[in-house]
Amino acid sequence: MPYIPHTSDDVQAMLDTIGAASIEDLFDEIPAHLKAGQLEKLPDGLSEMEATARMAARAKQDEGAQCFIGAGAYEHHIPAAVWELATRGEFYTAYTPYQAEASQGTLQVIYEYQSMIAHLTGMDVSNASVYDGASGLGEAVLMALRANRKSKSHRVLMPQTVNPLYRSATHAVVHNQGVEIVEVPFCSEQGTTLLESLKQYEGEDYAALVIAQPNFFGSLEDVDALTNWAQANGMLAIAVVNPTSLALLKPPGQWGDNGVDIVVGEGQPLGVPLSSGGPYFGFMCCAQKHVRQMPGRIIGCTVDLEGKRGFTLTLQAREQHIRRSKATSNICTNQGLAMTAATIYMSLLGPDGLASVAGHCHVNTQLLAEKLCAIAGVKKVFSAPTFHEVVIELPKAAAPVLAALAQKNILAGISLAQDYAMPNAILVCVTETKTEQDLDAYAQALAAVLAEVSA
Amino acid sequence: MNVNSLIFELSHQGRAASAQAPKPVSEDKLGAIPAHLRRQEKPALPQVSEMQVVRHYTNLSTKNFAIDKQFYPLGSCTMKYNPRGANRAAMLPGFLQRHPLAPESHSQGFLACLFDLQEFLKEVTGMKGVSLTPMAGAQGEFAGVAMIRAYHEARGDEARTEILVPQAAHGTNPATAVMCGYKVREVPVNDEGDVDLEALKAACGPNTAGLMMTNPSTCGVFEREIEAIARAVHEAGGLLYYDGANLNAILGKVRPGDMGFDVIHMNLHKTFATPHGGGGPGAGPVGVSERLLPYLPTPMAGKTDDGYKWLGEETLPETIGRLSAFMGNAGVLLRAYFYAIVLGREGMIRVGEYSTLAANYLLKRLQDVGCTAAYPDRRASHEFILTFAKEAKAYGVSAMDMAKRLLDYNQHAPTTYFPLLVPECFLIEPTETEAKEALDEFVDAMENIMREAKESPELLHGAPYTQPVRRLDDVKAARELDLVWRK
Repeated sequence: MPYIPHTSDDVQAMLDTIGAASIEDLFDEIPAHLKAGQLEKLPDGLSEMEATARMAARAKQDEGAQCFIGAGAYEHHIPAAVWELATRGEFYTAYTPYQAEASQGTLQVIYEYQSMIAHLTGMDVSNASVYDGASGLGEAVLMALRANRKSKSHRVLMPQTVNPLYRSATHAVVHNQGVEIVEVPFCSEQGTTLLESLKQYEGEDYAALVIAQPNFFGSLEDVDALTNWAQANGMLAIAVVNPTSLALLKPPGQWGDNGVDIVVGEGQPLGVPLSSGGPYFGFMCCAQKHVRQMPGRIIGCTVDLEGKRGFTLTLQAREQHIRRSKATSNICTNQGLAMTAATIYMSLLGPDGLASVAGHCHVNTQLLAEKLCAIAGVKKVFSAPTFHEVVIELPKAAAPVLAALAQKNILAGISLAQDYAMPNAILVCVTETKTEQDLDAYAQALAAVLAEVSA
Repeated sequence: MNVNSLIFELSHQGRAASAQAPKPVSEDKLGAIPAHLRRQEKPALPQVSEMQVVRHYTNLSTKNFAIDKQFYPLGSCTMKYNPRGANRAAMLPGFLQRHPLAPESHSQGFLACLFDLQEFLKEVTGMKGVSLTPMAGAQGEFAGVAMIRAYHEARGDEARTEILVPQAAHGTNPATAVMCGYKVREVPVNDEGDVDLEALKAACGPNTAGLMMTNPSTCGVFEREIEAIARAVHEAGGLLYYDGANLNAILGKVRPGDMGFDVIHMNLHKTFATPHGGGGPGAGPVGVSERLLPYLPTPMAGKTDDGYKWLGEETLPETIGRLSAFMGNAGVLLRAYFYAIVLGREGMIRVGEYSTLAANYLLKRLQDVGCTAAYPDRRASHEFILTFAKEAKAYGVSAMDMAKRLLDYNQHAPTTYFPLLVPECFLIEPTETEAKEALDEFVDAMENIMREAKESPELLHGAPYTQPVRRLDDVKAARELDLVWRK
């Protein structure tokens, strides 16, 4: 019996102890007509070898493409040590660290994680992570409504330059509580959110403004001006940031005159593989004054009976297992394993290594954009400087071009037709994993496909 | 190296694991980024060598209890063996390297696994549709209650403002109902661990949006009146939500769909043996009855003659939407799929059977060494409750003291003080993957601790003695918040 250790002698001895004649007798409190039959539609079990072979064949089907898609998930080199350590059984198969004395490994890792993320974002405090960046933004919006005591509104300003998938998840998380997300248009020339377009909201009550840096188009927003505008107008500023970029870009804790109030983002670029979208983790930080409104698990440093340093869950009075219906959120998970991987990744890269990764991403993206724009009819859509993504306009509809490139095993970006009604535009990303030959191969393939595909 | 150091305390200016980063980029190549948007000071990340990192985190890992090391009888947490084969399969390069927005042409293998898992979970739970996207049990609960809300709203039934929750429920149930904009009304539980049916009937009415419950309940017993409960809620126009926290008890034996539940979530990190990872990631797929099919969260995997497809808002216009940027905790779903196909039909049925056998055996043996069952006249499900109210009164030892002492016997403590309605309790769940000898060792430890409680209670007050730290000062942790290391 896979994963069940009992011999028939064991089973008999256990039944004898219980005083039951059969295992079936142990289900005698369940009405007989409710019992499931033989589950005929389910397949027979496989051995590990057979199951592995099936999954290996399927994994193989999806393998081998050159990926230039970003849009919230980024391909980076992951040091071998990261997952060799993270999948050690002591991390992989441990439970949530409620028994602190028996969980000091996990607890210290989380404390180190919180410290690294707080330093990276320039914020006072961090939680132990949430599900992912998108749902984390939903939690941040709810947190801002609680934390902004001056605002009586249930409205939050959300620029359209925020990742559409994040906006969609945020809506799903918050709308049942009567929260209204008001979308702010962007400048079609620069691809950023301008102060002029925010003027119309001045003098009205909004709880928060969301600021993405870099934004979904890869463009860099004028974060100081946006943060100051939000806070001058009685709103909290919520930053959505890419953690790799923070090795080069001003941390949200220093945006504007006072820094932002809440920071969230997708932690995946920090050592977590693309893996079809998860498990990733969302990071979440805030200013000290808001810490009691932060959702999710938080670890604190303390001492034991003998005065020795140790780590434990703290501020649990915010959480569902204590506060039930009065909790800050229903969340009980942090994405512990992915967060552990990120902590190891950040330790291995250090400040200079991460800056170097970020630098190569930026330089490679500029280089690809140049190469693509050398093709007739191909050009950059927006004028604002970008980090490691860029919107490129093709002389033809994007969808068939992307499909044709995919046939050549180049995943050349994503189309902006659906979300932005820009049928010819694609969002492209390059990270440190690509060589100049890779970029040339992309440009040549695009030129060839554009020549083939009919308008 | 001092194994108690923080990684930051090992850091030295200028040290680096230099094999892991590309060569530095010269400053002139970064000129496109405006100076006022640049970072001025380096972030205070550690500067350490690769071996220092490996040694530090290896040493930290050894300070954890883990299923791979110890018996872990946490009630309602289903700490069963996490097959290594599932991990290897989910970490195959084709799965790891696949971008979540890769086109369907480059996603057929992944989509096939998801589609098969959806079908498998439908059959084993008796539901009509399954969506895999929720990233944890609590998010599955959120999706479930949001679907209940969407259903009532689509019918113009705006008066339903209340979710009923049994008193013994997990904290996530009331917290979830509030996140979905509902008021929470608690329903009492009777002395035998069943929902008080008369009180439930009295609570049901035109305001009732639904009832959230776990079965077997958090009291570790099968809710015998489940059909009457379902009838009462349905007759009032409400829907029935199944919290799958305890699905392991009945997997393959009873299907939530057959009990009358309209919507369920499953905890794959419990029932389908994916790892807990020190607090996540989990996965909390939802299953629904016919009438909630239109509201399932997206994306889902679909199958056509042209191969597998993503199903999004175009195919499910009434969906409650997207709960994450992409496809939930995809890697967890792959691990669960591996587990499902290894166990297959017979294996599914065995899960419920052998987890129930283990629990009833352990309960009987613990009663024989003097422990008190909270519900002595009931069959244990896959878990059961002991109460130490008597020992607390007689010897001044708490359930917490006993839990901490268990760590000294190299046994992870059971869930303590939950459910809240049983005083000084342990909620114990051994799972089907523990050998009889492991259960017997736990009984031996408990027998010793019961004796120690009587003979030397002060010993228990000071426990544990053998762990990396003694009991921690939680009050100091909360009053003098230290959440971030600073130089």
